[in-house]
Amino acid sequence: MASTTPRVSAGARSLPELVRNSSQTQRALFALIALSIYNAFATTNFLTFATLRVNLTQVATIVIVGVGMTYVIGSAGIDLSVGALMAISGALAPKIFDSQRALLSNEWIGIPLAIVIPILVAGAFGYFNGYLITKFKIQPIIATLVLFLGGRGIAKALSDGNLVEFNKPHFDYLGTGRPFGIPVQVIVMIVIAIVAAWGLRSTTFGRYVLAIGGNERAAELAGVPVTRVKRQIYVLSGLLAGVAGLIVVAINTSSDPYQVGQDMELDAIAAVAVGGTPFTGGRATIAGTVIGAFFIHQVRYTLISHGVPDGTTRMVIAGAILIAVLLQRPKAGWR
Amino acid sequence: MSRVQGPVIDLHWTLDTGLLTCGIASLKAGKLTEPSPTPPSAPETLLEMRDIVKVFPGVVALDHARLTVLKGEVHAIVGQNGAGKSTLTKILNGAYRRDGGTIVFEGREVDFSTPHQAQVGGISTIFQEINLVPFRSVAENIFMGREPRRFGLIDWPRMNREAREILTRSGIELDVKQPLLNLNVALQQMVAIARAVSFGSKLVIMDEPTSSLDEREVETLFDAIRQLKSTGVSVIYISHRLDELHQVGDTITIMRDGQTIEETSLADISKLEIVAKMLGKNIGELRSEGTTGFSERKTDIETPPFYVASHVEAKPVLNDASIELRKGEILGLSGLLGSGRTELARVLFGADKPENGSLSLDGVPSPIASPRDAIRQGIGYCSEDRKAEGIIPEMSVRENLTLAALPTLTKNGIIDPKEQAKIVDRFVELLSIKTSDVEQPISQLSGGNQQKVLLARWLCLEPRLLLLDEPTRGIDVGAKAEIHHLIESLADEGMSVLMITSEIEEIVEGSNRVTVLRDGRTVAEFDRAQIDQDVIIAAMAEGHDPFPSTVEE
Repeated sequence: MASTTPRVSAGARSLPELVRNSSQTQRALFALIALSIYNAFATTNFLTFATLRVNLTQVATIVIVGVGMTYVIGSAGIDLSVGALMAISGALAPKIFDSQRALLSNEWIGIPLAIVIPILVAGAFGYFNGYLITKFKIQPIIATLVLFLGGRGIAKALSDGNLVEFNKPHFDYLGTGRPFGIPVQVIVMIVIAIVAAWGLRSTTFGRYVLAIGGNERAAELAGVPVTRVKRQIYVLSGLLAGVAGLIVVAINTSSDPYQVGQDMELDAIAAVAVGGTPFTGGRATIAGTVIGAFFIHQVRYTLISHGVPDGTTRMVIAGAILIAVLLQRPKAGWR
Repeated sequence: MSRVQGPVIDLHWTLDTGLLTCGIASLKAGKLTEPSPTPPSAPETLLEMRDIVKVFPGVVALDHARLTVLKGEVHAIVGQNGAGKSTLTKILNGAYRRDGGTIVFEGREVDFSTPHQAQVGGISTIFQEINLVPFRSVAENIFMGREPRRFGLIDWPRMNREAREILTRSGIELDVKQPLLNLNVALQQMVAIARAVSFGSKLVIMDEPTSSLDEREVETLFDAIRQLKSTGVSVIYISHRLDELHQVGDTITIMRDGQTIEETSLADISKLEIVAKMLGKNIGELRSEGTTGFSERKTDIETPPFYVASHVEAKPVLNDASIELRKGEILGLSGLLGSGRTELARVLFGADKPENGSLSLDGVPSPIASPRDAIRQGIGYCSEDRKAEGIIPEMSVRENLTLAALPTLTKNGIIDPKEQAKIVDRFVELLSIKTSDVEQPISQLSGGNQQKVLLARWLCLEPRLLLLDEPTRGIDVGAKAEIHHLIESLADEGMSVLMITSEIEEIVEGSNRVTVLRDGRTVAEFDRAQIDQDVIIAAMAEGHDPFPSTVEE
């Protein structure tokens, strides 16, 4: 994307040279393509629309949360709370549309509110993260650890610790609807990714995010409102986690505070890392994150569809992330 | 083993007449040849560093520097920022590897590759920021890494007892079981010194030990240093506070541009001479004119001041700094390192808050709360540290140039790429910024071109006041002259420029007025007619104001 460093690829002949001269995002794309080719031959039914649709459906939440995480990491921060915020958002929605209060029991009022309010609440928790980070100068990893641990507790309290099942076709449409045969969450994912990529490149906010990540002291002295922008970044991450939380409960037609968004923070961070956004901040690529999310998801899909046990799957994903991060070092590779 | 000194030039300089007499007093060859009534055993050389070379990418930090320290002496090292003092001591204690030269310590050639090795070998370093562990006890800090053990466990009673003994020997009585952070900075430094002593160090390096101490604490530290000296330990003492040197030091090494300029006894050199040598000037020497790009037709600017700071106090550096800025003038701000020049500029820009004193812009009191505010008021600030506080290295020339101007280039938060490109093209041409492409990362540009981009960052906002902190540091001669021309033409167009610089020529040739800071205080102000190199150096060194009446105005 716009902010990945273009490298000279002319004259690249051998494969190692090609790898050396490519950006991390390009490498992730090669890996994704290679994996897809492997699956096309080795995995039954891989090349079907049904499989594609299932994969897209499942990857959507990783992409949506990963987009917010890309902004956060681009500013040299990190957000561990996104999984917990998804659980809060997912727990809040049935509270609203299942409410027996006069106004909310009307579907035309209850359903839109059940979508808007949980997202805003997740955004508000994101503001809390940003407030801790800017007001008390707490390191992002510690500040967001607070809600990582406490947020799921809030979700459990909201749902009294139980799995909440519901039957609201108009709400479920978020997770199961298929206008023109395309799952709704895939459309949401595409729109969010495109807007985020554009925003990173073409808005003051996007440039401020990267300026802060690149050199916070210089940014402050150049008049960048560092405190405000940082808070906005965590609000954005919270809002997107809220959206992802709703999609998950809509797919399941139930909200389980223990399960919604479980391990999502790690998937999102991994997607950003594999995609080529450096954790030192200052550069970020939404396209890379999308590719990274697809790659991680497809590794998991491949292993599961070949019957590899969960423990092994986790180890393989960990290995893939390790390789991606090793390749990302300034002097890539081993040489 | 002998120390050869060059001809000692005896300078007598009198302020009132400006007369200077200079004579070669003596040629002292060899060490202390004069017979003394009770001849002490001739001081042995403890350390000799010869022809030390250190090259960092693009910079020669040390260019055949030398340092000789005798046994039991306090040896001061002074020099401006970038002169190489810290690099030299870091090579000595193994923090850096040298690229050339030899180090002889206690008669043997040594080559320490880590500070720990150096410590074991007898050289301890006490840093500005004390590198001890605040939450652990005093005794633990003294014995860290070599705790006395018994049956494989730490022998606490023995450790506490020995720590107490070590401190008592340095004349300090305190509870060694309390955590270090309970102590004030001076006492923490004592603990660091005690730790060095307990290692059996022969040489203790102190880098700016007094920078965060008050006067009484400084006295305590000096007592500890004298105590060290009496036990035969040598001390390398790096400080910007010239007053302290004569109090505690025996000999001095003056460095400039990575070279050793002078090694002499402190008894033989005045503060004024030290400063002149640090700056590379000889007092009374005729200034070679036209060494900068400034033209020589500076006049007094008679406009009333629009931005006034009076009696600004911002601890720990600024004590009583006052400054006035007038429209269309270049105000030179002079002072040694640590005099508070940068700190004052940061206060004027809203980056730091003063604890006392007042600021007033266009007659409005305390007008600025943040850099963002300052920018809205038409003020720009170029930091002396381009890398840490100027460039965003990951970003392109285009983005770095327009970072401050983004709010003016956007509609509803969306950047107008055409407007942006227009501004970038205009300033790249105007300042002849050499870049292959405006999308090139700024980190790939030369220092001079980076600086031009940072200047353009402010100029495209058409500010009325530009605060330039060392605008020509680390850039080549050609680019320097270009920046001088630029500053001058901006002032001609009515912009005010506050120019902070360590290069005395720039102050003398470029300023309409000069303000001099010393130890965080404004000590002198000179109008155009009074600007003179020697007078400014005197003010920087001794706080003299040869024209006391001008401050009263």
